[in-house]
Formats: sequence, structure tokens, C-alpha cells
Amino acid sequence: MNSTVASYFAQSKEFQAVVVFFTDLFGFDATSFVSFLLFGAVATIIVGAMATIGGLGTYAERKISADLQMRHGPNRVGPYGLLQFLADGVKMIMKEDITPKAADSFIFLIAPLLCLVGVFATLAVIPYSSGFILSDLNVGIFYLVGMASLVGVGIFLGGYASNSKWAMLGGMRGASQIISYEIPVTLSILAIVLLAGGMSMGTLISSQGGMPHEWNLFHNPFAFIGFFVYFIAALAETNRAPFDLPEAESELVSGYHTEYTGMRFAFFALAEYIEVFVVCAVAVALFLGGYKVPFELGSGQIFIDKIGMDAMIAKNIGNFLEIGSFMTKTLALYYVVIWVRWSLPRLRVDQLMTLCWKYLTPIALFNLVGIAVWMWLFDGASLFTLIFHSTGSAGGH
Amino acid sequence: MSTYNLDVYMPIVILIILALAIGLGSLLIGKLLRPSNPNKLKESAYECGEEPVGTAWANFNVRFYVIALIFIIFDVESALMFPVAAVFKQFNQVGAGGTLLVSVLLFISILLAGLVYCWKKGDLDWVKSFNTSTKLKDK
Repeated sequence: MNSTVASYFAQSKEFQAVVVFFTDLFGFDATSFVSFLLFGAVATIIVGAMATIGGLGTYAERKISADLQMRHGPNRVGPYGLLQFLADGVKMIMKEDITPKAADSFIFLIAPLLCLVGVFATLAVIPYSSGFILSDLNVGIFYLVGMASLVGVGIFLGGYASNSKWAMLGGMRGASQIISYEIPVTLSILAIVLLAGGMSMGTLISSQGGMPHEWNLFHNPFAFIGFFVYFIAALAETNRAPFDLPEAESELVSGYHTEYTGMRFAFFALAEYIEVFVVCAVAVALFLGGYKVPFELGSGQIFIDKIGMDAMIAKNIGNFLEIGSFMTKTLALYYVVIWVRWSLPRLRVDQLMTLCWKYLTPIALFNLVGIAVWMWLFDGASLFTLIFHSTGSAGGH
Repeated sequence: MSTYNLDVYMPIVILIILALAIGLGSLLIGKLLRPSNPNKLKESAYECGEEPVGTAWANFNVRFYVIALIFIIFDVESALMFPVAAVFKQFNQVGAGGTLLVSVLLFISILLAGLVYCWKKGDLDWVKSFNTSTKLKDK
């Protein structure tokens, strides 16, 4: 079940050659050492890729908002303004780093780092493809939910440590909003865990198929509603508009990061954009079929059978198709998140709490019960199999 | 796979170290590049140009506390439900799904009763309305 990157690469001859080389060099079995190096390398690649995605997220946000408002957006740095985020990063590093005199300087320092750590740690269980997942923990989704709530702690501590009234209000609002919306998110995830029968990302995705009718989204009506509950609540959990009350600039100046300057502010922004990616990735993995490619192309078996391709190459091609499928769906959702931000006005605080506790939480509980009953009644069969079976038997008569 | 060792948690440690390295590293690099000339006004808290009065660490509205209490109950509930949800499908396959379903429903209904109680009591309302004013109006 632990189909991690290491066990995927361990199938190749090159991996064995490297292990033999290091074993000769050190005089002990170097398999763990080589997989450690591999983990390090892959983790660095993923963190680099995610930092780029976070940076490109800021660019995409500005460009898409410009598009929706019939403006040009950033178009000076690099082709189509693509390098704008690098220029912003350089600017952020060069900015003066101010810690207010009244602030709790230690917590002021670790709050943005907590956000960053919480978001990066969740990247370990994001399933990019069947072979390319850093660690397929058996408690995968549970771990992700737990680590993602570190961001809430970071936001609250950031607001608290600043010792500024705006930041404090923003931090309190942020904390209450994030913990409130964690309930519908967790309950929706719980319903899908019940549906799939396991908490690891591998199990959650393997119960789905490549074609849309095999997705958990269309498994039953409750899961369909559950997706929207999850998505709305996840938007609120990542402090995205229309739920960006903790940083509502029209009332709270800039919310919890009012006192933050330069790089520390950039960490909050980076964490937010990567968290949006993580949230979209979880939505894809749970509801939209994950990395599955239609017609079982992902396993690469078809290339071996039809063309007679080398097994490892076929597997690699399959994995690339899976990464493509996963990233396409995730980035499409990312677009929707930005689109929502620039289309809907911000909610009021009391509306926000009403939406969470009086609408989303009861609906999520109802979905949970509904899916449990569905699983028991129809033995885990999806709506489509039920329809096909009934029409099949009707045609037979 | 029968052997389940702690190796699978290694990437998480690596990722956390990387996150800290990126964070502290870019702050350290920035320290060499950025200017540093603080003055009294820069270091004071921002209050729209006014002199800050008092500290922000003051008493806070009790509704945040109530929300946090309700959250704790629901969060513990979902944490307890995860293991049950994970084995539900297997139990269903061996024919014990009904028993598990009943226990799940019982558990959820108790919590639902709690939610309804909070709702009736008005703890879920952000803006508290006081019944006294309407009573006075009736008279």
C-alpha cells in the first residue's frame, strides 16, 4: 500500500545500481540511504514546483482579475508579464523588516513560518500520480486535515503577536472562521472516507475510475452535494473571497498581517496560494477521480500489450498521463477559485457564521448519514451501476 | 505490504525542514540586502495615523469562546468517526454493516441533538438579540 516515490523508483535498474555503488562505498546496505537521498531530491523538486505554483498563483490571480475586469494586468516583466512574481519576490526580500516595539517578537517571527510549515507538510500526501506521491500514509487524508489546521494557528498567532488592534481583530476573526469551517470540510471528507473505505490517498482514488461517471462526485446524490459543501467550506478555510473577512481591507486595514512587512508578509501570501492548490488537489483526489486517466491508460499496460513497449518506459508514460490528468483538474479548480473571488462580494461576519453553522454543518451531517445509509442499502454500488443493472434486467425481460 | 515502518514519515520531516530552511534562509539572505533604519513611528502599531492607545491584548467578546467550544466538540467527534468510517466498507462486505450503521447513527444523533440545543439557545447567532426589547414592545 505504501506506493511511495522510493518504491516506484526502486523498480528501475538505475536505482539498484546506485544502491550497489553506495553499499560498496560504505560497507553496509545503503537502500535506506539512497531512498533518503531520493526523498530529499523529490521533496526539493516538489517544494520548488509548489513555490513556483504559489508565485504563478499571484500572477494568475492578477491576470485573471484583469481579464474579468477588461484590463491588461501585469505585462512588463518577461513575456506576458510571466516573471512578475520573481520581481515581486526580489522586491519583498529588499524591503525593510519591521517588528513593532509592542509586539511579541518571537511569536511574530514564528507565525508566518507556522503557516509555511503547515502548508508544505501537507504536500507530502498529495497524490500527483500512482507512482509520484511522496508518502502514501495509511492515515493520509486525516494527516492532511490535521496539518492544514496549523495554518489557522499561524494566522491567529500572527494577529495576536502584532499587538495591534486591527491585526488582533483579524486574527480572532480568522481563527473563529477557520475552526468553524473546518467542521463542514472534515465531515465532507469523512463521508468520502466512508464511501471509499480507507484513509490513504491510494485507497481513496483507487475506488474511482477515469471516466466522469466513475468519479465519487457522481457516485450518489449525497456525494454530489458533499462536493459543493466541501468546496465552499474549503474556500472559507483558506480565507479566499467571498470569505476573506480576516483580511477585509475595507474594515480591518489588512487584517492579521497589518503589521507584517517584506518577506514575512510574503510567507503568508505564499502559504495562502499553496493552500488553495492543496485544497483543490484534495477536491480532485476525493471527488473528481484523482489522477485516474480514462481507459486504464495510467497503468501503461496498454502500451506493453499493443505496441510491445518496454515495461518501465510504458509505466513512466502512464505516470506522466496521470500527472497531466491530475494537474489539469486541479488547475481548472484553481481557476474557479480565482473566478469566484472576482465575481462575488464579501460576506458579513454574522452571515459567515450563519452559513457555516446553520447551513453547511447540518447539510454535511445529513450527507454523512445519507452516504452511510446508501452504502448499507446498495452495498456500495454507485448510482450508475444501479441504473445500468435495472435497465439491463428490464431489457432482458 | 505487511511491514509498515516509520520510513513513510521521512518525507514529512524533510518537507518541514525544507519549509523552515526556505523561511529562515530567505529572512537571513534578506538581512544582508535590506535596509534597516527603524524609528519610533515605524515601530509603533498602525492605527490609521493616530497615536496607539493602550494595548491590543484586551478582553474579547465571549462569542469567540462559545464558537471554539462548539468546534472542539465537533472536531473530536469527527476524529472519533474517522476510524469507523474507514472500516465501514469492510464491515458491510462481511454483513456487519447494519450494526455499525446503527452505532454511527446513534453517535451522530446525540451530536445533532447538541447542535439543535445550541441553535435553540442562540449560541450559533453571531449578533445576539435580546428578548427583553420585544417583550416590552408586546406590553
